[in-house]
Order: sequence, then structure tokens, then C-alpha cells
Amino acid sequence: MDKFNTLTGIAAPMPLVNIDTDMIIPKQFLKTIKRSGLGKNLFDEMRFTQDGKEIPGFVLNQPAYRNAEILVAGDNFGCGSSREHAPWALLDFGIRCVISTSFADIFYNNCFKNGILPIVLPQEQVDALMEDARKGANARMTVDLEAQTVTTSDGQSFPFEVDPFRKHCLLNGLDDIGLTLEKVSAIDTFEKTAAQARPWV
Amino acid sequence: MSPKTLYDKIWDAHVVDTQDDGTCLLYIDRHLVHEVTSPQAFEGLRMTGRTVRAPEKTIAVPDHNVPTTLDREKGIENEESRIQVEALDKNAKDFGVHYYPVSDVRQGIVHIVGPEQGWTLPGMTVVCGDSHTATHGAFGALAHGIGTSEVEHVLATQTLIQKKSKNMKVEITGHLRPGVTAKDITLSVIGATGTAGGTGYVIEYCGQAIRDLSMEGRMTVCNMAIEGGARAGLIAPDEKTFEYVKGRPHAPKGAQWEAALNWWKTLKTDEGAHFDKVVTLKGEDIAPVVTWGTSPEDVLPITGTVPAAEDFKGGKVEAAQRSLDYMGLTPGMKLTDIKIDTVFIGSCTNGRIEDLRAAAAILKGKHIAPGIRAMVVPGSGLVRAQAEEEGLAQIFIDAGMEWRLAGCSMCLAMNPDQLSPGERCAATSNRNFEGRQGRGGRTHLMSPAMAAAAAVTGHLTDVRDMMADAV
Ligand code: SF4
Repeated sequence: MDKFNTLTGIAAPMPLVNIDTDMIIPKQFLKTIKRSGLGKNLFDEMRFTQDGKEIPGFVLNQPAYRNAEILVAGDNFGCGSSREHAPWALLDFGIRCVISTSFADIFYNNCFKNGILPIVLPQEQVDALMEDARKGANARMTVDLEAQTVTTSDGQSFPFEVDPFRKHCLLNGLDDIGLTLEKVSAIDTFEKTAAQARPWV
Repeated sequence: MSPKTLYDKIWDAHVVDTQDDGTCLLYIDRHLVHEVTSPQAFEGLRMTGRTVRAPEKTIAVPDHNVPTTLDREKGIENEESRIQVEALDKNAKDFGVHYYPVSDVRQGIVHIVGPEQGWTLPGMTVVCGDSHTATHGAFGALAHGIGTSEVEHVLATQTLIQKKSKNMKVEITGHLRPGVTAKDITLSVIGATGTAGGTGYVIEYCGQAIRDLSMEGRMTVCNMAIEGGARAGLIAPDEKTFEYVKGRPHAPKGAQWEAALNWWKTLKTDEGAHFDKVVTLKGEDIAPVVTWGTSPEDVLPITGTVPAAEDFKGGKVEAAQRSLDYMGLTPGMKLTDIKIDTVFIGSCTNGRIEDLRAAAAILKGKHIAPGIRAMVVPGSGLVRAQAEEEGLAQIFIDAGMEWRLAGCSMCLAMNPDQLSPGERCAATSNRNFEGRQGRGGRTHLMSPAMAAAAAVTGHLTDVRDMMADAV
């Protein structure tokens, strides 16, 4: 997993609420057995017509936002299925940070496993960031994970919360499985005790 | 000791390790696997030279991509779908996990197969790379969906890194009225709380109307906990649960059964335990409902009318307008005037035997409306066999419906069962998102009885009217 420290980039505004994982990556693209290459189908049905032409009105098709690295989105982003294809597609497109008032639980988890930082902020602050994002390509936002701040192009800065353990893993690009395997003796002990207490499992 | 909720008890019984910041390592008793979210996880194991820590606790079944037509032994036509199912065949074999291949009569939707085979038991932790893992909460098991990285983590370590969620209680008091089902309960709860209402919580469903439900009905309720945003839904186990579990192939037997039962009986929320959020609905107030929009929270009683975007607030105004345009609906029109093209009865929400019985009860001796395409897709091969034995299959066939083999089918349309653009479907599944059942397809969610009623009339219908004329 790539490390995440600071990111200064273009933010795309997507004010729609309840953007679900079926919108982020429709099911016809879940048939892959790989993690990579999904970026070209990110938001497929919003981004392209049935015969594959770009829909000009869609934000990521507008010249200003084609290289966006940050999304500022409406409430409950990433609701729906557990498909990790959603963060894979975002990452493959180049998005490393999503900002919203709330995220669906599984999507939120999945982001951290892939080096994407999801940031939750109150409505007024998301509104301010949305305004900033609407200014286009010259307005670059800065996300500083170490300092836990998001700063708009005109210097307004908002602090955000992030779980310390997840922050540590993201800053250092750590692999969860490796970390857990360091605790293998605790797992062995648990299994032995559980096998006695609940032998039917 | 301070009083605990059911969630607290199951959680406490599975903590392997707690870090200073409260992040826990949670032991996983059952890991269910399907073909869509697992290939990258098995690939990860191969690349790092890791193995599956507890293959005996891991159960795999293909369901999303499998064809449901009667000629499916011919194989899967779509190459990518075929490769995905073949990858599961190979991974299950290479890593030695329990497996129900497409050719096995026990094959079906993973959330139907788990309980059916007795893999899901009270007090367990159950995970699957699938958000509808919440279904298994009906047994008083802590069950939730995980992403593919976490699938790999569970395969390698049989644990999951977790922070505890908050406790939420959803109580349904009193009794349901005739024609109202578990699906109407779960949709009504989401209608009341919104799709983010449960975010950060594990829900315990309780109250008389929940106790009155069969195990099938309880699975329907817990299945859609995720549409309400919750990590998991739970229902305390009781005699009905034990009765359902007893004698299943992988349920405990003999002395172990007795020991298990003793523990299971302690699995309920203590008097005075704290809930961070409480929602109460009266069973008598719940009507048969349908969704009108493209979010599961867009729920209305069937007696209602299509809303206008201005009826909503904030960001929902734009979303509602988008939904109305997508669904091709005009504000103010009666829901019962909405004509449909297609009916889909199936999915992990409503693909169990009781669901088929409810639909058949409405369809018996009737025919579907002219021009309607209708398919019934049982949730597993065993549900299919039972429905045939009970004569339900014949009722569907006589009514002019297609009687299919088991799988996810048109719930998410990864196989050839899809809606075409603009096609409108009365569906018993759980998601009405844009394009969910096929690009441009329009989905109205409802109970099996309501879907059956719509099939007969050709438009959304209050099933209670049909029950009256059946009397
Ligand atoms: S039936 Fe639908 S919701 Fe259930 S597991 Fe299959 S695709 Fe997912």
C-alpha cells in the first residue's frame, strides 16, 4: 500500500447524496480477478453513454477536473455493497482522498486498506470545501494527514478526526496482515481456549 | 457486572487482543466466500506464500455469476463470469475449504446456504466479502460484510481488525396486520431512519412483532440492516432459532448440542443494558410498502402517491429529482397506477421457502398479466427442491412465470438475468440503485406477496385487496 502524507491537488465537487458503490463501479466491472485497471470504468454509467461516449456534464469529464485527486461529496458516500472494487477504481483513476459529512461503514474501512483517506467533516465545512472545489483546476486543496487538516485554496483550514491506528498505518503504508501475524501467539491461545469453551464451533 | 447488550456479549467472547486506542483483534468463527470478492484475496495469499489458517471454518459457494436457466450445465457463456467461477473452483480446491460447486444441489446464494447447512449458529462471528452478511444476524450471530483486503486478512489470520460499534435498538411493538410481512418491517425501518441512520451502529431488532416472525422472516429483516447503514443486525436467539438449527448438517449434535444450547440461552440483552440510539415502530402502523426512488430509504405505503423533489430537504432535493427522472415518475401519481414490465422473486432477502409460499398463495389459480415477464429464482437448490415437492413450482409455472435454478440472478444482474433500459421491475431484492438490475432498469422493492400481486395485475398493487377477493 502507498503511504499517505500530504496531498495537494484538484478537488472535484460531487454534491449528490447517497452516491452508492453501484454508481462508483457498476457490477459489470466486478468480473475481474485483478485489483488494477478499474479507473477507466469509475462512475461508468454517470460518465459515459451506453455506446461509450463521454457525458460532457459529468464533473470528471470537465477539463478542470480530469486530473482530480480529491472528491468532495454529499452525505453517505459509498453506501451499498462491500465491493472493494469501489476504492480500487477511485485509486486507479487517481483519487487519494474523499471528503464528505458521512461514509458507509464498509467503504470507509476499504479506503484505508488501499491508501485512500476518507475525511468526515461537518456540513458547513463540507459546504465550504464544495464551494472551493467548484472554482476548478486553479483551486488546489491541501490535505495534511500528519497535522490532520484540510486547507482550501484561499487558506481556510479545517481540522479533521482520524483513528490513530489507521493514521499510523496510512502514514507508513503498513500491511494489516503482517501486523496481525505478529500477534499469532495470541490467536493460538484464543483458539485453544475457545475450543474448550465452545467445542461445537 | 454492568448489564450488557447481546452485541456486547458476542463481541466480548471473540476479542483476541485490544490495543491502547481500543482497536481490537476479533476472532472469526465462520468465513463465507463467493466468487466476486475473493479472487484478489486468494491471489494475495499466493503472492505472499500464506495459507488459509482455518479452512474448516471457511465455506465457499459461487452465486453471483451463475446462470439460473435450466440448461446451466452447458457452462457459463460470458468469459469473465466463467473465469471468476473457475477461479473459485480452483481456490477452494487449492486451499482446502468447504465448497458447494455449481453442480451441487446444495449450491445457492451464500447467505441462504450458510444457515441452511447449519454453518451459521447463535453467538458466532460470521463474515463474508458481501454486505448482506447481515442476514446471519437473525440467529443471534454477529455477522457483517467485509472488503476483499479483509477477506484476505481473515483467510490468513482468522481474525479481523475492528473497532466496536455503538448499540442501537430497533423495537417493533405489537402485531403486524394481515398482508404485512418482514420485508415491510425492514423497509419501513429504513424509511424511518434513512440509509445512514444506522451508520456506526450494530442494530438489535426486538419487540413482539420480531419475536412473532419465523426464522426466514428474521433473516429478511436482518438482511437489510446494511441498507439502513448499520454494520450488522441482530436478533436474540430463542426456541424458534434452536428449532431451526437442530439437525442441520453442521449443527452440533448430542452432548455438544446440549452444551451449545446452554450458552445460546444466555445470549440476550440484559435488563437495563445501554443503547446509544433507540427507534420504535408500532407493528400495527406498518403497511405493505414499496420503494418509488433509487435509494432503499425512498419507501412509501402502497396507498401513497409519488412525492415531489420539493417535499425533501438539503442534498436530498437533488437526489429525489434525479430519482424521479431516472424512475420516469410524475409527482402526485398514485403508486398503484405504476405499470410494471417485469417481476423478480428471489435474492438473499426473499429467496427462501417461506417467501415462495407467500408468493404462491397469491398466485394460486391465477395468471400473470399479459406482456409481463416474471421469474422466480429460489435461493438454493434445496429451496428449489422443497418448493417442487410442495407444489409451489407448479403454481408459478401455471401462472406463466419462469421457474429458475438457484443464484443471485436479477438481484444484481451479473449473470444474463437483466433489465433493459427503462424496463420497470417489481423486485423482492434489497437494492433499487440506478442500474442495479441492468443499465437503465427501474426497480421497485417490495415483499414477495406484493410482487406476486403486481405480477397478476400488471401494476403495483395493494396485496390486501387481493387477499380480500380471495376470501
Ligand atoms: S442475492 Fe443480491 S444482495 Fe444477495 S448476495 Fe446475491 S447479489 Fe448480493
